[in-house]
Amino acid sequence: MSFEEIKEQAILQWKTMQQSENIRILIGMGTCGRAAGAEDILDVLNQELDKQNIQADILPVGCIGLCYAEPLIEVIKPGKPSVFYGNLTPELMSEIIVDYLIADNPRSDLALGTRGEGTLDGIPKLFDLPVLKPQVRISLRNCGNIDPESINHYIANGGYEGLAKALRMKPQEVIDEVKKSGLRGRGGAGFTTGVKWQFCHDALGDIKYVICNADEGDPGAFMDRALLEGDPHVVLEGILIGAYAIGAPEGYIYIRAEYPLAIQRLRIAIKQMEEYGLIGDDIMGSGFKFHIKIKEGAGAFVCGEETAMMASIEGRRGMPRSRPPFPAQSGLWGKPTNINNVETWSNVSAILAKGADWYAGYGTEKSKGTKNFSLAGKVVRTGLIEVPMGISLREIVYEIGGGIPEGKCLKAVQTGGPSGGFIPESLVDLPVDYESLTQAGSIMGSGGMVVIDEDTCMVDMTKFFLTFTQAESCGKCIPCRWGTKQMLDILVDITEGRGRPGDVELLQELAESVKSSSLCGLGQTAPNPVLTSIRYFRDEYEEHIVEKRCSAMQCQALISYYILPDKCQGCMICARSCPVQAIEGGKRMVHVIDQDKCIKCGICLDGCPPKFSAVVKVSGTKPSDIPERPVPVVAKS
Amino acid sequence: MANTSVSQDAQALVTEQQAAMQKRLNEILPTYEGRQDELIPILQQVQQIFGYLPELAMKRIAKFLKLPESSVFGVGTFYAQFKLVPTGRNIIKVCRGTACHVRGSAQILAEIEKQLGISAGGTTSDLEYSLETIACFGSCALAPVVVINNKVHGRMTVTKAGEILNRGAQ
Repeated sequence: MSFEEIKEQAILQWKTMQQSENIRILIGMGTCGRAAGAEDILDVLNQELDKQNIQADILPVGCIGLCYAEPLIEVIKPGKPSVFYGNLTPELMSEIIVDYLIADNPRSDLALGTRGEGTLDGIPKLFDLPVLKPQVRISLRNCGNIDPESINHYIANGGYEGLAKALRMKPQEVIDEVKKSGLRGRGGAGFTTGVKWQFCHDALGDIKYVICNADEGDPGAFMDRALLEGDPHVVLEGILIGAYAIGAPEGYIYIRAEYPLAIQRLRIAIKQMEEYGLIGDDIMGSGFKFHIKIKEGAGAFVCGEETAMMASIEGRRGMPRSRPPFPAQSGLWGKPTNINNVETWSNVSAILAKGADWYAGYGTEKSKGTKNFSLAGKVVRTGLIEVPMGISLREIVYEIGGGIPEGKCLKAVQTGGPSGGFIPESLVDLPVDYESLTQAGSIMGSGGMVVIDEDTCMVDMTKFFLTFTQAESCGKCIPCRWGTKQMLDILVDITEGRGRPGDVELLQELAESVKSSSLCGLGQTAPNPVLTSIRYFRDEYEEHIVEKRCSAMQCQALISYYILPDKCQGCMICARSCPVQAIEGGKRMVHVIDQDKCIKCGICLDGCPPKFSAVVKVSGTKPSDIPERPVPVVAKS
Repeated sequence: MANTSVSQDAQALVTEQQAAMQKRLNEILPTYEGRQDELIPILQQVQQIFGYLPELAMKRIAKFLKLPESSVFGVGTFYAQFKLVPTGRNIIKVCRGTACHVRGSAQILAEIEKQLGISAGGTTSDLEYSLETIACFGSCALAPVVVINNKVHGRMTVTKAGEILNRGAQ
């Protein structure tokens, strides 16, 4: 079957589905959806439809990015715009079926928004909501719209058009087009993709390889997982176009084993491509030959570094080596190799299909196009977003993210994971592009964006990242192996009340050395959290070191719990719940916490009835009038 | 006398287990071609079957791939996924990623450690539970996350974690 015939068939299938008289229900079944309980919702949905004798087609889809609203469904009744419902429970699911499917009341009180032509009273258009309005969807265009396990859905929505066009061009023309688009590596460093391809294209070798880096290891990042789960073909199409441009007949996808659903979806996608002749020895009758293999990672963060990744694919310990030679000259098994990350590949097909100028129309002068971010942490609307480069952090946090929960204040935004840094609240109007973020001491990184509020201690947060990088350092080079350990030791001392004057300067000196002398990106960027937290939050370090105080009250060694004698009613709830029996005091006696026994778990604070609120958590100070021993409760007059 | 027969029984059991292991390896290994880049996939399959990487299996794999045993051991110890000792029947993974950390995963980990009486990386003496920490599960929007036997539990709280354990990890 030719690609034209395949396309015709796919479009027919898609149209038949769209014009079906049946009710259609799309349910988000990505990892996020499942974790939020989508499987239970699906069960209820099936049972209830059976019970009510309703004919409906159920379609599991990927993540539309509104993770905060999971479990999420989209209900499509023929002739009406579709309606999204979020934060579903089994009870709400049953109500929606009875009210909307049977009684035709779309329940505007429960609906998030509508999509498609027409309107429904009292329900906004989904893409007009503040969470979606500033977004531009190129890479994520199909996520949540199509069945990720159906290649026909992908093709019916313009899939493999980019590849078809590329195959009609000369490889050099494809590279030129990608260069012209201004696309830069979305894995973190931001190297111009077309130039990278050119190096590998120009290199001499009897065989060349392309690799897709799907080893999304940054804690706080899940863009690539969601994309692979929601639309695997968009990534595969990009890889094929790159392989054609470079002249690589073989490719690998290196994906972390922690993403079983993404792996499964990739395997299904590859099998479908083989059936359609989109992978094989003569793709689309052009003579282009390409085969691809999936390599599962085995749990090593450093394997996201390209030379370590290649060592791992070869079956060795994933340890980086010095460059040059760069992979474009000598990569996998010593052959020219081009590595791009999932998101970079996912942008390629649209660039080819719609043209470099169209793509370059988005973004800033030096950072073109869009960028995916996983928005998480202390933000109201967590989720997966795609925004044009150059958007401000403020728009992301406050408009898309809906601000900070519980009326708290924003303290910082962490970008780039353990390799990135903290951007303080004062820089919240910073445009999100490669240069601005680097200038602020952070990096674009792969797209993790963790919002930090006033309750977070920056020293503790820095310690958290260093704990990670220190554990993940492969140990090959000394600056990283010992430098991360030394920095971590100092941070532990500071957070546990053993900080000494001069520690901050020592940390800075160490950080600069590790940054400039480590072998690979892991060590070169590991000091970024240290340097940015000192740069913007030095007062917090001083407070820990000099006053032995943690004002965010996160550092356990620096906090204490006390029971206020004028509030305690001697009810014994806290004393009974204390796991280490550190609370003394009988009925109608003011309770007292034995500070030596207390493990600072906070159970007494959570357990004290709100009408008393007698337990307090403090750092660096002690409330006055705390008795040494239990005393009788003074009756209120 | 009694002691000797016990140790003979134990010996017989070990031999029997080893024979079963050898048999299983004889089935798996021929499905591979014997190239070095198959080492990690083979170790992954072996671990999936036995729950860990038995010494005997690593020696067999080294021979099969014509690699020094030290290389196989080196790879087995480098990657976090590989275990050199048997793990529990139920595997509890607590995510310690950034988003989970900000939303209190340390307290959840402490609660589970307390309930099971083991620390992260440990296995209960009855081989019922193993407790691990994971750098990031990529379910950050539902932080904090705990994964029990590959089922992801999102928006975890200390209380919910306690309840799930009390119900038996299912």
